Amino acid sequence: MTATVGTSTLESPTVVRKPVRPSRNVVRALTRSRSGTIGFVLVGLIVLVSLLGPLFTPDTLPTDTSSVYLPPSASHWLGTDSSGRDVLIQVINGGRTVIVVGFAAAILSTLIAIVFGSLAAYLGGVVDSVVTAATDIVLTVPQIALLAVLSSLYHLDNSLLLASLIGILSWPTLLRAVRAQVLSLREREYVEAAQLLDLGTARILSVEILPNMASFIVMNFMIGMTNAIYALVGLYFLGLAPLAGHNWGIMLNEAWTRGAIFDSDSVFYILSPVIAISLLQLGLVLMTRSLEELLNPRLRQD
Amino acid sequence: MASEPLLSLESVSQVFTSRRGEIPAVRDVSLDLAAGTVLCLVGESGSGKTTTARIAAGLNRPTGGTVRFAGRDVWGGDRTAFREFRRSVQYVHQDPYASLNPIRTVFATLAGPMRRHRLVANRDEAWQKASELLERVDLTPPENFLTKYPHQLSGGQRQRVAVARALTLGPKLIIADESTSMLDVSIRISLLAMLSRLSTDLGVAFLFITHDLALAKYFGRDGDIAVMYLGRVVEYGPTREVIGTPRHPYTRALLAAIPEPDPELNARKRSAGSLLRSMDTPSLLRLPTGCTFHPRCPSWVEGECDVSVPRLEALDADARHEVACPPVLRQEADAAVPALSEQDGTG
Amino acid sequence: MTDEPVLAVRDLVVEYRTPAGPVRAVRGASFDLYEGESLALVGESGCGKTTLGLALLRLLPRLGSTPHGEVRYRRADGSTVDLLTMRKEQLRRFRWHEAAMVFQGAMNALNPVLRVQDQMYDTIRAHRSMSASAARKRCHEVLDMVRLEPRRVMPSYPHELSGGMRQRVLIAMALLLSPRVLVLDEPTTALDILTQRSIVDVLQELRRELGFAMVFVTHDLALAAELADRVATMYAGRIVELGDSRDVFAAPRHPYTAGLIRAVPPAVGEATEISSIPGGPPSLAALPPGCPFSVRCGLSAEVGDGDGPAGVCVQADPELTRTGERHEVACHYSDRVEFTREVVVDGV
Repeated sequence: MTATVGTSTLESPTVVRKPVRPSRNVVRALTRSRSGTIGFVLVGLIVLVSLLGPLFTPDTLPTDTSSVYLPPSASHWLGTDSSGRDVLIQVINGGRTVIVVGFAAAILSTLIAIVFGSLAAYLGGVVDSVVTAATDIVLTVPQIALLAVLSSLYHLDNSLLLASLIGILSWPTLLRAVRAQVLSLREREYVEAAQLLDLGTARILSVEILPNMASFIVMNFMIGMTNAIYALVGLYFLGLAPLAGHNWGIMLNEAWTRGAIFDSDSVFYILSPVIAISLLQLGLVLMTRSLEELLNPRLRQD
Repeated sequence: MASEPLLSLESVSQVFTSRRGEIPAVRDVSLDLAAGTVLCLVGESGSGKTTTARIAAGLNRPTGGTVRFAGRDVWGGDRTAFREFRRSVQYVHQDPYASLNPIRTVFATLAGPMRRHRLVANRDEAWQKASELLERVDLTPPENFLTKYPHQLSGGQRQRVAVARALTLGPKLIIADESTSMLDVSIRISLLAMLSRLSTDLGVAFLFITHDLALAKYFGRDGDIAVMYLGRVVEYGPTREVIGTPRHPYTRALLAAIPEPDPELNARKRSAGSLLRSMDTPSLLRLPTGCTFHPRCPSWVEGECDVSVPRLEALDADARHEVACPPVLRQEADAAVPALSEQDGTG
Repeated sequence: MTDEPVLAVRDLVVEYRTPAGPVRAVRGASFDLYEGESLALVGESGCGKTTLGLALLRLLPRLGSTPHGEVRYRRADGSTVDLLTMRKEQLRRFRWHEAAMVFQGAMNALNPVLRVQDQMYDTIRAHRSMSASAARKRCHEVLDMVRLEPRRVMPSYPHELSGGMRQRVLIAMALLLSPRVLVLDEPTTALDILTQRSIVDVLQELRRELGFAMVFVTHDLALAAELADRVATMYAGRIVELGDSRDVFAAPRHPYTAGLIRAVPPAVGEATEISSIPGGPPSLAALPPGCPFSVRCGLSAEVGDGDGPAGVCVQADPELTRTGERHEVACHYSDRVEFTREVVVDGV
């Protein structure tokens, strides 16, 4: 007798939107941020050239002592190195290892961080204590120093082995961040509702919690990748990893140790790997902006 | 009561430890809730009403006392009993903006629990069931809502989706924690009316937590109400009686303080209003001795209220209306004596 | 005193810049505020009441602007000035001295890393040269006025105070320079019932003693009934009903106001009818044609024979027109609004 309720319960006029195909949405989200688009193009180009380029260039370049340290010219766009080899071809051939190692190392460290970080935060108790202790221990190990020791013990000529080493040493920072995020998301009301609906730990983590961190994880993956690349290049530059094959780190090391820095004609020899590395890193950082647009449903939908 | 209560809290307490000391959020609270009925829990911030609700939902394990669901101790170690309890009791949170996963559609939100517990065989069946649930919560036509993300819905619509989600596993008890307080006044009543209908149609019991006595009175008019102050229940009984003739000085102060959408009524209330001795609620870290309300109570008795902790006691033998205030209880007893002797005389 | 209003708002329009173009949050609001009077702006969220409150003191966020209208303020000496055309320096002097704002959410409005006394001294010093002891004395005075213990509150940080105390500190700060107009945004929202009561009592008392006029924004009709001399109901950026609160609550002439009042159950006694208003407020970016309330209006549907809203409601947005001596309504069928809200109370 006290309650009379209107029949219409639509609380706001529902705007019927024409359904947009998801693929179009993705493209739109990816291109909305201009700097993000530049990042995508940059990374895309570098990856493309580095993966496909070696198919069209000679694997080993003949040394030519008559044409060392040549400045850029029509036949050698970026000049030649101390052995008279073309710098441009070396730049093209030297990207693959850097990208593959960076990517693999970042994947490994991100996976470790997500799995153990989220379990530690969600389950708490002993699991949390063990994971946190392990994290603190690894965090105190100086990365480069340990890599130097390891490289003197083992012959680190396998790039995947290198990637694994870098990955295994670089997860603690991300793990702490993931743990903190999950700790906060765990308290969200929709996670509590999922617990009451007895959805199970695996499902709550994978469906209710982790997807809400997607953009955070991707950002950190990108940062992890840039860090791994710096670590790799640093190892080669310092001569801690065997100088076999071609990559930007080795180029840098050679240019440096063979005195390219003292010769104004060879400025492109030493700058080329530096610029290649910087462009890749810049592209990765800019790319995160577009990825954020893509992974945030609110930005994507409206 | 004749039938066994669906949920009973038997002198439960919850003490939180903080850096500044122990916080007794809930102390010695006993409540019973029968199947299909409504129990309102009202109080101000710090009263322990939300902690009590979370204990009732199994979200907090009480530091003292027993929680029984359908007669079984839910923290007694019986895993099947706990799982059954967990699925039978659902919670509708306060904040419609935080209670739904922002990256899942309404359908995904509703279908998840049904598929997990094999209540539906396939997607079509899940769609069908989800549509029925949305119709139950008055989100019609359901097709307009199933594919929506939370940010495309209004606060009231989200709260209805949260209720639909709570219904997915066929609960026996829904705990609504200030579920309407963040909604516009204009739509609160329709949400409450919908909940009332669930109670009658599906026989779901409700534990309704609110700071708004008027809402408690409206929603819980046929049920019980418990008024909490600083972690304890100070008055407990049928809603009509407690709100109609409040006995505890705190309940009376609350009722007198609520403004009404009627200037005339407000003027009348103000002239009859009781004055509290202090405006400030004591901290849970430094609770007053005896009755925790005595520093603010307009009718406290020195040497009694500041010394002994009052217990909830029935106003008279066959009443279900209980008050934790010895001076009030004495007054009631005195008033009842002549009536009794009169009866004796005629009999 | 005089019949001239202290604040006269005429056809005020407020726009927000959005990525999709400008959106009008207030679409031509006019009202007078007299000295010592208390006016409530009520309505659902998104009706423009807070925007209007902020616009009165030109406190709109950066994306907001007032392309049209005027807010005329009459100084104590009788001269008038339009706030919307004031220059920055004038405006700075105007705020706090002549009119002050009490923001919603006492926690965010106070700086969490400054002691209360520092925030109060800063406010005084920014506007008036005063000796340290005089400033201190003034702070004590206003804190006493809102029934706070100055010695306890002044050296505290905001987080050390309860919500009700913070709200009272904000009111005290607004009173520091004795303004003649106070604008309050949701002064009691999120506070406990007994705390709300104390804020209401403090405001009533101060208004009697100091005689300032106040405009307060609230979604709580009961608060309006308690604290306001006059009530303005807002819907979709417009004032749709304006009148003495006794008249408005006893016999609302706009179906929306009537609906809002009916939606609030009473705490004492029994109400004969309690019901929600169906639907929700329209998006300000896409208003329906004619009266924006018509799509939710039961009266309009009744007049239109249940086949959607009545024709005239869809065709024309009604103007605010006088229906009583001090009562204005914007509804085509205001004479047909039936309202009975009897609260049966025994005792009290």
